[in-house]
Amino acid sequence: MDMDCERAIREVMAADFTCYDLALYLNTHPFDTRALAVYYSSVQRARSLRENYERMCGPLTAQASTRTLNCWEWALTPWPWEWQ
Amino acid sequence: MWIYEKKLEYPIKIRTCNPTMAKYIITQYGGPDGELGASLRYLSQRFSMPTNEAKATLNDIGTEELAHLEMVGSMVYQLIRGVPVKELEKYGLGSYFTQHDHAIYPVDASGVPYSAASFQSMGDPVADLTEDLAAEQKARATYENLINLTDDPDVIDPLRFLRAREIVHFQRFGETLDKVQDELGKKKYFVNKPY
Ligand SMILES: [Fe+2]
Repeated sequence: MDMDCERAIREVMAADFTCYDLALYLNTHPFDTRALAVYYSSVQRARSLRENYERMCGPLTAQASTRTLNCWEWALTPWPWEWQ
Repeated sequence: MWIYEKKLEYPIKIRTCNPTMAKYIITQYGGPDGELGASLRYLSQRFSMPTNEAKATLNDIGTEELAHLEMVGSMVYQLIRGVPVKELEKYGLGSYFTQHDHAIYPVDASGVPYSAASFQSMGDPVADLTEDLAAEQKARATYENLINLTDDPDVIDPLRFLRAREIVHFQRFGETLDKVQDELGKKKYFVNKPY
């Protein structure tokens, strides 16, 4: 995996993690409006980092595998336990 | 249903093979306090939880445990990748190699295959959530033992992340148990049985 993609995926991972962790908090505090506001902005940030990564490096989900009509990228890009 | 994302929850990049650590860490893949058991426990128990909030907690933590299972599998994979059979044997993985070569299979640190007998799904939310609290503490303690068994920062870093997640899960299950107990306290019967 090239350096730019590695940096980009680490940003996606960090941004997504913020969302998962806030979601677990919101499950037990569903009326915490301050946390909800942070959640909304975290999701937006994660979404834009994800779009940037997928445009540059390849799909994170099968449904995002629409960058090219020449090949099915989902099955061709490396798997995360083999990223070097 | 679930949708796979082609990434790990937290980066795993182990540069030095270590079959001994692989043999220990695999217990968090297929052992009694491992991530497979954690995931199956929460995803099974969620069906009979009394509130939507409790179902959400079990659903989402059970899902995150699947991501942890993938992280642990990735660690074991990288720790034994390309290691010759003689080395595996020397460091205690001869029996594992006989049955699984370099593949990933759910066993504990002593080689005992995964068993669903290591968890319960009682249909009693207080019993189930109390088991979940204990499960998180046992997983946390196991990660601490694993951290104490190695000096490799590439291995310690993801183990510390996983340990920290167990603490957060424990916190969320504690909050869920409190709320469920409040809810049940309002009712005449402890659990609304459908029969
Ligand atoms: Fe956990």
